[in-house]
Amino acid sequence: MPEEPGLILEFPLEHYRFEIAGEASSKIKQVVRQLGVNAQTARRISVCAYEAELNAIIHAYGGFMRVRVLPDRTELEVTDAGPGIPDIEAAMREGFSTAPDNIREMGFGAGMGLPNMARSADEFEIRSSPENGTWIRMLVRH
Amino acid sequence: MKLFEIQQLLGASQIWGQHCLDREVATACGADLMSDVLAFTKDGALLLTGLTNPQVIRTADVGGLTAIVFVRGKTPSPEAAEMAKSLDIPLFSTPCTLFEACGILFSQGLKPCPPREGNSVDA
Repeated sequence: MPEEPGLILEFPLEHYRFEIAGEASSKIKQVVRQLGVNAQTARRISVCAYEAELNAIIHAYGGFMRVRVLPDRTELEVTDAGPGIPDIEAAMREGFSTAPDNIREMGFGAGMGLPNMARSADEFEIRSSPENGTWIRMLVRH
Repeated sequence: MKLFEIQQLLGASQIWGQHCLDREVATACGADLMSDVLAFTKDGALLLTGLTNPQVIRTADVGGLTAIVFVRGKTPSPEAAEMAKSLDIPLFSTPCTLFEACGILFSQGLKPCPPREGNSVDA
């Protein structure tokens, strides 16, 4: 079945590039606001993108984010070729973090990344393995 | 509570955003962990923090925060200040500690962020 049309945004995510971390999420928020998405929904989309972006930058040696904006929803897909998440159930618990001290000193590593994504999205799917890295799909209805 | 009232109450200097002093803030959050900020604030909140790196500004943008107050007299890095200008996020610096600053604003009627919204996390 052909893919529905929509606005596609794609962002490479580079390992430890903190100086540009979050640029993709700011851009996504700006674009969906311009397309008429309300502020609260745009915030949810942006939080999903930002947490995923930071996870890829911190833990996964970088990755790739693809965002599709449709009239009634925004879909976000984030892939990486990182080491994978050994225990997804633990990582979904608020406060669970494997971030090293230097990352925590920057204000990250609260153990809220995956829970924030799951809470902000209407649909949240995650798959992870040491062989294939991590894949996350999120959907936010407008 | 308007930003100019917050500035007065905290004896804060303004780093950037003179044109924004009339902006209204309904709730506030004191935190140094950025994902906590995103989890516990709502659009339009004020952030009080001891962190000064550019990611604080980015977090404020993503979270739709109205302004940032840096505590203990801290000031942001030049990169962070530039980012705040480009994203139109006013910045203040207060000599108060985080605890003092939150206490002063709370005692003057500024509300904490309400219980979280969004989908539950049952993993």
